[in-house]
Amino acid sequence: MEEARRVAAAVVDPEVPVLTIDDLGVLREVRLEGGTIVVTLTPTYSGCPAIDQMRDDVLLALTAEGFDDVRVDFTLSPAWTTDWMSEAGKAKLEEYGIAPPTHRAGERSGPIPLSLGVKCPRCGSLRTREVSRFGSTACKSHFECLACLEPFDHFKVH
Amino acid sequence: MNAQLNDAELAESAKAAQPAPATTKRDAASIAALHEAEAADVHVSVDDVDLAAELTGADASTMASPDVAEYAMRLGDDALILSQRLGWWISRAPELEEDMALGNIALDLLGHARSLLHYAGTATGRSEDDLAYWRDEHEFRCAWLFEQPNGDFAHTIARGLIAAIYMQELYTALSASTDASLAAIAAKSVKEVAYHRDHAVQWTLRLAGGTEESRARMLVALTDTWPYIDELFRDDELHERLGDAAPLPSSLRAGFDEIWSAVLAEAEIAEADFVNPKIGQSSGGGRFGNHSTHLGPLLAEMQVLARRHPGATW
Repeated sequence: MEEARRVAAAVVDPEVPVLTIDDLGVLREVRLEGGTIVVTLTPTYSGCPAIDQMRDDVLLALTAEGFDDVRVDFTLSPAWTTDWMSEAGKAKLEEYGIAPPTHRAGERSGPIPLSLGVKCPRCGSLRTREVSRFGSTACKSHFECLACLEPFDHFKVH
Repeated sequence: MNAQLNDAELAESAKAAQPAPATTKRDAASIAALHEAEAADVHVSVDDVDLAAELTGADASTMASPDVAEYAMRLGDDALILSQRLGWWISRAPELEEDMALGNIALDLLGHARSLLHYAGTATGRSEDDLAYWRDEHEFRCAWLFEQPNGDFAHTIARGLIAAIYMQELYTALSASTDASLAAIAAKSVKEVAYHRDHAVQWTLRLAGGTEESRARMLVALTDTWPYIDELFRDDELHERLGDAAPLPSSLRAGFDEIWSAVLAEAEIAEADFVNPKIGQSSGGGRFGNHSTHLGPLLAEMQVLARRHPGATW
């Protein structure tokens, strides 16, 4: 079981290959059901197309390690938030050039959007601007740094 | 969506394999991975890989009651039809970032539609694809708002604003449903809809406060879209039968009005600026399969491929 958990946890996110699905908080559970290893994943966003790839990758990784009775389930509940992302994951994201989620989920409220400062992952400046709330994948928004002028992705607080 | 899995060599290696169901998504990368795994003499059967592709709620084995299924179909159709509408903007939006934003919103909505229609289908043994592609116009249960044409960009924003404020109120309340699957889908969806609402609010403020032209167009869009609000909040017998499984639409109205008014106030728009007193609220009967003239052509485009080539996969 420990071994199965370790193997599943090492599978990387196909969109952000610097993060494992464990860092991301997508890996909910690995348990033994009869003789079957059951892995439960939760999608980051309802429409996230990467979830099918993650399922296949988990299945292949476990099979390759000799676990031949494996099932992958999905669950929506409790819903994923960026709070599920590990601190190590956030550090890896920043290293990779993606600004990690800046504060805890649920802090944004009210009908009129209020944006909080996001630090540029390249030069560290807080003088940044949100270009678009919707970026290259469902989980990221698009920023530019007004200090070093580089564009960058920000993993949305969700 | 899945011709490659019928591939002779794969089928051969997977001795116990059943023919692959047509609803599993597969792309080149995962096929390559499968072949790689076979090369390493690792046994991966198609049975293992063909897990239920649909995202489910709290429990994969849950079946919806007929009333809950009808309700889930209404919500699923709202999301599906709006998603289909928004997809049109990709490559046509005013700027690249908007291509991505509207495409992202459409993708979220499609995710909601998949969860809801999958759940709705459990009551009658139909898949989400059966419901999306093989129902005719009178069998769809979306409200008229969602089937309204894209119009100019301001129309899309006005429709999106009403839709997102409504959906956020709805999914917030539905998160407390006594039906665990509906509650799970709603709790997931509400977080995404919050972004859709932000997007629509930002653009409403920008268009209303931009140039004379953008403000004038925003007001026209509100005039044209406003009549479709009431239908969203009409109670009927289904809601009464559902009890605590779903909120009464009328109970969501106060919350909607509060946000709607706040956004319009911030945009310095008074109701008198856009409400045409000669035009009342639409009689929209979408929940009973009576649709505006706009739904038919949309469905024709959405369904043609699946119907022309039944079981087609990629």
